[in-house]
Amino acid sequence: MNSPILLIIQREFLTRVRKKTFLLMTLLAPVLLAAVMIAPGLLASMPEEDKTILVLDEPSILLPEEGTTQFALEYLNPGEFDLELAKQFLRDSDKDALLYIPAGNGWDPDFIKKNILLYGKEDIGIDLQRFIERQLEEKINNQKLIQQGVDPEVVTQTKTQVSVKSFTLGEEEGNEETSATPLKMGLGYIAGILIYFFIFFYAVQVMRGVIEEKTSRIVEVIISSVRPRQLMMGKILGIGLVGVVQFLIWVILSGTIYTVVSTFIYPEIFAQQVPMGPDAPDLSQVDQGNIFAMINSINFPVVLGGFVFYFFGGYFLYSALFAALGSAIDQEADSQQFMLPVTAPMIIAITTAMNIVQDPNGPIAFWMSMIPLTSPISMMIRLPFGVPIWQMALSATLLVGTFFGVVALAGKIYRVGILMYGKKVTWKELYKWLKY
Amino acid sequence: MIRAENVTKQYGPKVALGGISLNIPKGSIYGLLGPNGAGKTSFIRIMNQITAPDSGTVYFGDRELAPNDIARIGYLPEERGLYKKMKVGEQVLYLAKLKGLSAAEAKSRAKEWFVRLEMESFWEKKVEDLSKGMAQKVQFVTTVLHKPELLIFDEPFTGFDPINTNLIKKEIKRLNKEGATVIFSTHRMESVEEICDYIGLINQGEVMVEGPLLDIRRHYMNGTYAFTTKTEQTFAGLNVLSRDHQHTGYTTTIKSDQYPSGIIQELASSNELLGFEEVLPSVSDVFIDIVQNGPKPKDS
Repeated sequence: MNSPILLIIQREFLTRVRKKTFLLMTLLAPVLLAAVMIAPGLLASMPEEDKTILVLDEPSILLPEEGTTQFALEYLNPGEFDLELAKQFLRDSDKDALLYIPAGNGWDPDFIKKNILLYGKEDIGIDLQRFIERQLEEKINNQKLIQQGVDPEVVTQTKTQVSVKSFTLGEEEGNEETSATPLKMGLGYIAGILIYFFIFFYAVQVMRGVIEEKTSRIVEVIISSVRPRQLMMGKILGIGLVGVVQFLIWVILSGTIYTVVSTFIYPEIFAQQVPMGPDAPDLSQVDQGNIFAMINSINFPVVLGGFVFYFFGGYFLYSALFAALGSAIDQEADSQQFMLPVTAPMIIAITTAMNIVQDPNGPIAFWMSMIPLTSPISMMIRLPFGVPIWQMALSATLLVGTFFGVVALAGKIYRVGILMYGKKVTWKELYKWLKY
Repeated sequence: MIRAENVTKQYGPKVALGGISLNIPKGSIYGLLGPNGAGKTSFIRIMNQITAPDSGTVYFGDRELAPNDIARIGYLPEERGLYKKMKVGEQVLYLAKLKGLSAAEAKSRAKEWFVRLEMESFWEKKVEDLSKGMAQKVQFVTTVLHKPELLIFDEPFTGFDPINTNLIKKEIKRLNKEGATVIFSTHRMESVEEICDYIGLINQGEVMVEGPLLDIRRHYMNGTYAFTTKTEQTFAGLNVLSRDHQHTGYTTTIKSDQYPSGIIQELASSNELLGFEEVLPSVSDVFIDIVQNGPKPKDS
């Protein structure tokens, strides 16, 4: 273990892994992640407190609806109460809310729907509001239909729900796959965001490491023993290794927690719903049998291989840039003016993620997944949808090629930068360093 | 030990080294002297192969400087430091291994040095918990641990406290006696006069003079004499530079174009002369002389 670059990798790895914050982050992150996955399920299943709602129903729309066990309805006699009295009654009672439905002049559903009021002793919960709205919508709808001389029963019977089964037509006959667009969208989106997060997280650590060596003035001692480029690459590889280990622990821990919770603790919740973020496509409409066909239609080896490749490719590319950046400044606070141009491509890649998900083979998707500064994120989003091999090969070649180019340039800036102190560096200055 | 031939280095439009040639003899304690910005650090970084010269050659021993030679050099830069969060012992071993020592070898040597400099208690401490003086000792140990044949100290005594300065001077002298060649680079020329036997004076990227310290000082003697008399005198007609009273008598320093024998005759005729000597110029006197008047021809 005496090759200098191995020694550097070892040090970078061990000093980070031994830190208490590493342990904390590594253990806490899966708990948080699992919480994010589990929380919607738990929250949805958590029974909200039962509430009683007073109803002052002047046009008698809701009657004789009694509500549910959760939201019980109690009617006030419109002959005895007006709105002010009803409000006072709510204040003095132990009931939770007051729903006021005015009659207006005559029986005009359009007037009624605009003037319904709901008062709560506390804030009105979203569930209660939705419950009331749904109830009223249905009643008013029916009233309108009756006014038009249509039997609501007929309308209910004629309602049709269409569910199209979509397939991807392969090149060869008999190679039709069940289209799994929602699943692919979700997978692509999540993979892209994970890549973004990892690249950013670890590349910034490389920058911090470089700044630390510079400000602690150890760097000149080190580079009198190893080439500056060896130090830079050792740092990038060492921190990358931390990333890999951390990621593996996260995957294993998250998986374990998720499995334990979903199988043993709350099995009934997980049987019902597929938890996802708010942006994720709604999978609950898809029937169970189809999911397996969908999962099978995704080329997981390619997606997983792509994830590993684009994580490393993107991380190496950006960490070399961040290393050069770190070398040029004396403290992290000075990094702002350089950070934005360097991170802009990644931010653009994230902001166009939605376009790519919606049109994974369109021009935006194509170009974003070719340009090496955006391809790690953009291509990752495309991969679950299936990408022609030549495009994958081109994107990968461009990324690797650019990486070597950037390392060469970053190495030059780094070599000069780490020995410069107390100088406010400009872009022009950085350009000059390339020629030293 | 180190021989540089016409070494140049330029940073953009700024010429750091304009073709310097130096010869640092094996076993010497060599003072690389010059004002700030003269090119000392640029040259040191070339010896350490941190940067490469634009042109010219540096020889290590009798062959060209090679990448492997860094294991034979110990370098304490002017901008020096340690990883603050790392433990001292671990850090010393890491730096020694980077210089090519095996883990076991590094450990046994480090322990030896820690005992010698009375710093055994540092081993398990983090650098950020050390005082400045303690950290300096650690830096010194990391510089010498791999038994380098060539030791390079850039501005070694700036920031060192007096106790450490003396301790380290003593250790450096000892390492020199054991065979190491030592290079001191500093702009504070007086600070190395007592320990250097060779010097190279550089200014604005050029070597102004190089050679054994005493020879250079003798070569640049400029008619300054010091003599001691038993009683205090005014010496009208002499260019008196300074006066000093000691219990043996009154010492007067003068500058004169006359030959010493003439001055002695004159003084002895009217005074009780206790001593007379020609004063060697200090290195900074030599430096100022050269900057003002140019180098003195060899045979003057």
